[in-house]
Amino acid sequence: MTAAAQANDILRLHPDVVDYLLVAFYFALVLGIGFAARRSVSSSLDFLLSGRAMPAWITGLAFISANLGAIELIGFVANGARYGIASAHYYWIGAIPAMVFLGLVMMPFYYGSRARSVPEFLRKRFDRTTQRVQAVIFALSSVLIAGVNLFSLALVLEALLGWPLLAAIPIAAVVVLLYISFGGLSAAIYSEVLQFFLILGLLIPITIAGLSRVGGWSGLKAAVTAGPGGAAQLSAWPGTPLTEIADPVLSVIGIVFGLGFVLSFGYWTTNFAEVQRALSAKSMSAACRTPLIGAYPKALIPLVIIIPGMLAAVLIPALKTLKAGGDSGVTYNNALSLLIKEVLPNGILGVAIAGLLAAFMAGMAANISSLNTVFTYDIWQDWLKPDQPDSYYLKVGRTVTVIGCFLAIGTAFIASGSSNLMDYLQALFSFFNAPLFAIFILGLFWKRMTGTSAWVGLLCGTAAAVIIDTLVRTNVIVLSSQAGSFVGASAAFVVGVGVAIAVSLVTTPKPDRELVGLVWSLTPKSSREHPIERDDAGWYRSPSLLGAGVLVITVILYIIFA
Amino acid sequence: MPRSRDNARPQPIPTSGPAAQTPPSRSSSLFDLRSVIALLFGVYGLVLLIMGIISGDAPANLAKTGGMNLNLDVGIAMLITAALFALWVRLRPLRIITPPPPDQR
Repeated sequence: MTAAAQANDILRLHPDVVDYLLVAFYFALVLGIGFAARRSVSSSLDFLLSGRAMPAWITGLAFISANLGAIELIGFVANGARYGIASAHYYWIGAIPAMVFLGLVMMPFYYGSRARSVPEFLRKRFDRTTQRVQAVIFALSSVLIAGVNLFSLALVLEALLGWPLLAAIPIAAVVVLLYISFGGLSAAIYSEVLQFFLILGLLIPITIAGLSRVGGWSGLKAAVTAGPGGAAQLSAWPGTPLTEIADPVLSVIGIVFGLGFVLSFGYWTTNFAEVQRALSAKSMSAACRTPLIGAYPKALIPLVIIIPGMLAAVLIPALKTLKAGGDSGVTYNNALSLLIKEVLPNGILGVAIAGLLAAFMAGMAANISSLNTVFTYDIWQDWLKPDQPDSYYLKVGRTVTVIGCFLAIGTAFIASGSSNLMDYLQALFSFFNAPLFAIFILGLFWKRMTGTSAWVGLLCGTAAAVIIDTLVRTNVIVLSSQAGSFVGASAAFVVGVGVAIAVSLVTTPKPDRELVGLVWSLTPKSSREHPIERDDAGWYRSPSLLGAGVLVITVILYIIFA
Repeated sequence: MPRSRDNARPQPIPTSGPAAQTPPSRSSSLFDLRSVIALLFGVYGLVLLIMGIISGDAPANLAKTGGMNLNLDVGIAMLITAALFALWVRLRPLRIITPPPPDQR
């Protein structure tokens, strides 16, 4: 037997009829939502932004679910197996402060500007060129990332259920296509919330059963301490294995500034796949609460995603061999499926498979539905074909969904040629999100910043990240890929801000009156606040309180796992 | 709060806040997500409960889970979750727009 075939055999799950029925029931339900949603869709705004009628708890959970795609799930169980508790930095310092900042500081500007997409916001604050540059970049990256999601989904289907890749990719694409195109974002958001609960129905049982196998938390601690990583894997700081920066002080600085500031703020405050969920909220207050409500599960998810990774590393012989430096035909990316196979009996196994499939669909649906919005509004309506009736744009939106899914099948086959998907994705984020964040934050606080400077800064920042990435790849700069993306993102940010300042000084800014509501200093405090009546009343709905609460929880988690 | 300053666009842009009582179309008729969650976990919980009762104590299963009847426990937890969502729908039925969380005032 070849190594690959052997690995495949280790990985193969053995679902029985009940498991398949549970999976089938879930997909019937999701498609049912699509059909039901379709009856209520009548305008392009409905299709693309759910008519701005969603309550905060739904948009909040969809916000976090759009992020909890399968690459995230598989990637972080893998990181947990490999690095231990330090991987949780991506969930805590690498997400929570930025999500709170998004809810409290940026959302009033996003939602209040009535922009339907991030590029449209850029047009209002800067100019049409910036909007178009960003829309094209975004459309490109969405299709690429949707392809990565689709490919990973097909890989799981192949490894777990034995479906061939060539069949699995198109089948998955068709199911995603069906439910987005039948109901637009409503269906995507609704099934994302459903997926969120289903993914918990996968993660919580594997954590409980895994802990039961090793003799509880103390048993896990003892096993990890005795393992190759040692007791260092039980504490979050200084996180040297994660950053691969040997000096503990520099490692902490790398985590706090590289991950906690540039990468995380860049990702969370500008990534349209997530921000779009907040734009669908039914009121300003609900929009502000969206990322804050999402932050609570985000802070707690590592408990059921990093800990299973650590459990997999001590429970599964093949992973133990790998961690000790041997070759057992599996990789850390297999940790989640190996653990599912190791601890879940039939029955709950079906729930787990449905949850895994749902997670891949969540990621891809998020990419496709935001591609849809950006393409329809920012490329087609504002640029190529303006002034058509709304029904025309609704049709364009539906067509783009179909085309997007087909393109994703293509990019999925491209992605199948790349060796490390996580590195590929990290590089994409440093190219596109870090420079965007640079011009966002500068534009928000500096009214002198001009339209020309925005798109020039954006392109230069992206160029800087691409150059750093190339230098790291070709070993001109010797850095691990992880540290490389921290440095690349920082360079993109610094170059973006620097170039934007320089260009702003020699070009003409917009008059102040056009920037009211878009620049901090020109926006009266009253318009950054929101009505607190009816559905928005109640002390527990105060955004500041929600934000403070989740920060406190994060600090407590850090104290527990210091 | 800032009102639309950009009236040149052709599409209807709904206002938010109190004025948003009537959504641009009948997105309110979308059936209640909470009932769907209750349905999903109700069915899953029931199936797992039955699996737990039938085969939960089989040695092969106990070896996987470290001696616990995982299907039974998760099944019960899912049924409780389903019941809570159903209760929420009962106590706060869908209004014109989807209602707020149940614990208001």
